[in-house]
Amino acid sequence: MLLPIKWLRDYVDIDEDIRTITDGLTYSGSHIESIIELDKEIKGVVVGKILEIEAHKDADKLVVCKVDVGEEIVQIVTGATNIREGQLVPVALVGAVLAGNFKIEESELRGVKSFGMLCSLEELGYGENVIPKEAVDGIYEVRGDYKIGTPIEEVLEMDGYVLEIEITPNRQDCLSIIGLARETAATFDKKVKEPTIEIKEEVDHISEYVEIEIESENCNRYYARVIKDVKIEPSPIWLQNRLMEAGMRPINNIVDITNYIMLEYGQPLHAFDLDRVNGNKVIVRQAKDGEQIKTLDDQDRKLDENDLVIADETNPIGIAGVMGGFDSEITEDTKIVMLESAVFDPRSIRLTSKKFNLRSEASSRFEKGIDPNLAKKAGDRFCQLVEELGAGKIIKGNIDEYEEIVKPKTIDLRVKRVNDLLGTDLERETITKYLEGLGFKVEKDEEILKVTVPTYRLDIYVEVDLIEEIGRLYGFHNIKPEPLKGTLSRGEKPYARIIEDKSKEILSALGLNEIVTYSFISPKAYDKLRIDKKDELRDYIELLNPLGEDYSVMRTTLLSNMMDTLSRNYNRKVKSTFLYEIGTLFTAEKLPIIEIPNEDRALVLGGYGNNIDFYTIKSVVDSLLSKIGIRGYEYVREEDNPVFHPGRTANIILDGKILGRIGEVHPDTIENYGIKERVYLGQLDYDIVKEESKLEISFKELPKYPSVTRDLALVLDESVLVGEIEKVINKHGKDLIEKIELFDIYTGDQIPEGKKSVAYSIIYRSYEKTLTDKEINSVQNNLIEDLEKSFDAELRS
Amino acid sequence: MKEKLENIKETALSKINEIKDLNKLEELRVKVLGKKGELTSVLRGMGKLSADERPEMGKLANQVRDEIEAAMGELKDDLEEKLKFQKMSLETLDITIQKELHKLGHRHPLMQTIEELENLFISMGFSVVVGPEVETVANNFDSLNSPKNHPSRDLSDTFYFNEELLLRTHTSPVQIRAMKEIGAPLRIVSSGRTFRPDAVDDTHSPMFHQLEGLVIDENVNMGNLMYTLNIFIKELFGEDIETRYRPHHFPFTEPSAEVDVSCLSCRGKGCETCSNTGWDMELLGCGMVHPNVLENCGIDSEKYSGFAFGMGIDRITMIKYGIPNIRLLFENDNRFLEQF
Repeated sequence: MLLPIKWLRDYVDIDEDIRTITDGLTYSGSHIESIIELDKEIKGVVVGKILEIEAHKDADKLVVCKVDVGEEIVQIVTGATNIREGQLVPVALVGAVLAGNFKIEESELRGVKSFGMLCSLEELGYGENVIPKEAVDGIYEVRGDYKIGTPIEEVLEMDGYVLEIEITPNRQDCLSIIGLARETAATFDKKVKEPTIEIKEEVDHISEYVEIEIESENCNRYYARVIKDVKIEPSPIWLQNRLMEAGMRPINNIVDITNYIMLEYGQPLHAFDLDRVNGNKVIVRQAKDGEQIKTLDDQDRKLDENDLVIADETNPIGIAGVMGGFDSEITEDTKIVMLESAVFDPRSIRLTSKKFNLRSEASSRFEKGIDPNLAKKAGDRFCQLVEELGAGKIIKGNIDEYEEIVKPKTIDLRVKRVNDLLGTDLERETITKYLEGLGFKVEKDEEILKVTVPTYRLDIYVEVDLIEEIGRLYGFHNIKPEPLKGTLSRGEKPYARIIEDKSKEILSALGLNEIVTYSFISPKAYDKLRIDKKDELRDYIELLNPLGEDYSVMRTTLLSNMMDTLSRNYNRKVKSTFLYEIGTLFTAEKLPIIEIPNEDRALVLGGYGNNIDFYTIKSVVDSLLSKIGIRGYEYVREEDNPVFHPGRTANIILDGKILGRIGEVHPDTIENYGIKERVYLGQLDYDIVKEESKLEISFKELPKYPSVTRDLALVLDESVLVGEIEKVINKHGKDLIEKIELFDIYTGDQIPEGKKSVAYSIIYRSYEKTLTDKEINSVQNNLIEDLEKSFDAELRS
Repeated sequence: MKEKLENIKETALSKINEIKDLNKLEELRVKVLGKKGELTSVLRGMGKLSADERPEMGKLANQVRDEIEAAMGELKDDLEEKLKFQKMSLETLDITIQKELHKLGHRHPLMQTIEELENLFISMGFSVVVGPEVETVANNFDSLNSPKNHPSRDLSDTFYFNEELLLRTHTSPVQIRAMKEIGAPLRIVSSGRTFRPDAVDDTHSPMFHQLEGLVIDENVNMGNLMYTLNIFIKELFGEDIETRYRPHHFPFTEPSAEVDVSCLSCRGKGCETCSNTGWDMELLGCGMVHPNVLENCGIDSEKYSGFAFGMGIDRITMIKYGIPNIRLLFENDNRFLEQF
């Protein structure tokens, strides 16, 4: 909402400097977003009178004017087309400065000297959106009785400030100058002066002109007046100035007055050309399905029964509260006008304006609700201004369809409650003063104040609403900050979060970077990953109104986002990266979902490049799991997952449960993501990780007795997994083997085809005594025997 | 004999002065002081001396030995030191060579901010709670006193699954869950992902992050709210940062306020970034919990009162690190991640 300070002063005597005004209003709840200075630093532009226009002898598109600028008559060459002799126009004299610091100098156009420039409003610094209709494409005409030579800043009142104020959706009453005047008055402890509405002369009677019928429940009040002998012309400059300052484009006198009053009171008005209403009957009804209307913007709109329309006996003549009809629009020929000052249902207006993507100053006010007791005042004020401007004759009488009259409500307010909630120590008298300053009526009743709320305050329902009013006028900045009292409590984190945070710490230490990706993905991701058509990962939950297909289903896997991220990095020539994310997976018991789905936590790992291979990712998993106390899991080969390389993928199994999966990505999947390198991925089920984790650590005594190392080299089938060998070794080791170190795997010279040599250091140690050769030999021989038997292994010497 | 001894000494000492390596020194030591050395052979002739001469010569012989040994020892230390130095000078490294042998990983800046903020509140006695990303209309809107016709409920402002289920548009439904499940008194914070159908641009993303706090107890007032948030803001941005509480409107709090903080670029002096106002706008929203919200969650609004606050983590993160574009947060470019 734009608030011109000069206009504000019509209703409240505010002489404070601009800083005081803006700070005061901001602290009382009208948030000033910006301060616009009207002084555009225009210099040397005066009102001039065009005395003579002559053709330029060497240029078809130029004319040569003689312009009286007061002290002299100057010759100006211009290309403007909307000028005539006798007209008053803004003249930038030689030496003048226009908007954008544009300086005017003496010039010569096709051999004719020019001593200045005739100006448009744009050249004077006005935004294209507010320039009056008649002045859009040319020189601005100074209409009215201005003395030649008057500086243009005086004519256009280019001084003072306009405040841009953020109005919260509950304060529709502040979408008006008077509403903001009330706020200003309350903030600075002043009085509001509303206009006195008075119409001097009325003729005929409205019943001779129009009849109104309300057929829909979506119209709570419809107030109408009629004006005849209308003379459509541009508004006087003062009125145009005000509209432009408030950000609206002047159109013609009648339309401008409706807008002026909407800005003044917050009540949108609409003027119909009554001659163009069939049957002189106006009906407020729901549209019929398939009915059509051409709106003011020359668009054909298809209506349905959810749209509220204003209609004559045959057709809709306007979409109620949203936009008028093209056919009943005020034109230069309009002679008789019906003014509508009505209240429509906010929801109905909102849905319709949304449907047509038509948001106007009027619809945005109706959407938020209008005080129904405003309609008559605003309608009569319109008539008053029409009369003052000589724009038409006012017809006596009005039509006022107002079924449910809204009366002010009364709310009980406890003084103690005010102070308890705000942390203040305000007296009853102070509280009363604040509320009365806002136009509330306050009656005393013991410790309870009976507060009557004016009907324009649609946002006040209960006691706390009043407490907020008191708080904001007292000023939140005047409330003394005080520490919380009450029970001392210990801040805690849920265990799942502790595990996740700990995991992130470990992964950071291991050199992985954390990523954050969207919870919704594309359904095509499942094909791209090559996930089996029958896989239950494809039972994803779909959004009803996604932002396009790419973000349309809730993810059931983190692999897709990870692959996208790796692919993006690869395309941006990042040589190597190793990433992780802990995020949520969404699964439903039943599709389409009827209740809140399961949200399972998972960790995804992904990387490519420098020294990253299957064993890197495996080692990351091992370090991570061991640090959060998970042991006793094993890696089992996974050959059937189409996302992954069949020979380089493992499931991580703990007590029969799949804790996760790691592996090299299948070349076809990698190709789908446009990467030309090997990529490694892993995903762990963090609900299981949380369950199985153990953060307590218990100290184990350091060994007191020496260790003995025995090396062992075996030749066996290439297909035998070292994990299997180690299982056998460990089985025999009992408490005597401290560690097994794999130090060599070799194929090639001296090893038969299809075989490999595997070499271990086995470290023996007892915590109870120094082991003898005999004890060690017995274990070593047993395990060798078992290995030979189990894997057809040969001892290599 | 005396002469011989003096002679040995003179010769040895003058030879020592010429020796430049340890082997030669050892050779000389053996030659002079060894079992078959010159000094030893002179001493063998001691027996021929008179009883009077013997002690005198013995003393002299020991003096000569000590002097030679001392000179040799000094030279030995000297030569060893030189050798060590020589060896180390051959081991000189180019210490400017860069080898990335140990690389630390990097936490995502958003997650860092969340953890930092949560820890701050934990230290103030708040507990962290978590809530689901998919929520009910009841928890996300109805129980939070949001009007039935509020535009924020429109399909253009909220992601829906059906009429009852949606992607939470703020972290506030966690408040409802906590009040229903734990009840009063309560001191919690909750952070996480939130969603609104905003097309991606420099400052908008359909997924973003919020942190929400709630305190419910007897006699909680607006002053307590301000005290708590002031501590938090100063901790986050520095002691010299001022706060400004501007009245605002949220359906779930009454009174409601927005909190501005002094401009982080100029620390409140006024600069281009803050249009000379000295203030950075809208760091967070807050207010006293609306009695309707308390009652919706089964908490007696006459006995208990409380305050709530919420803030955009993405914006705070961007301000904190000077990140100009929200897209960077979700692109996860490795070169971006490694800056944090």
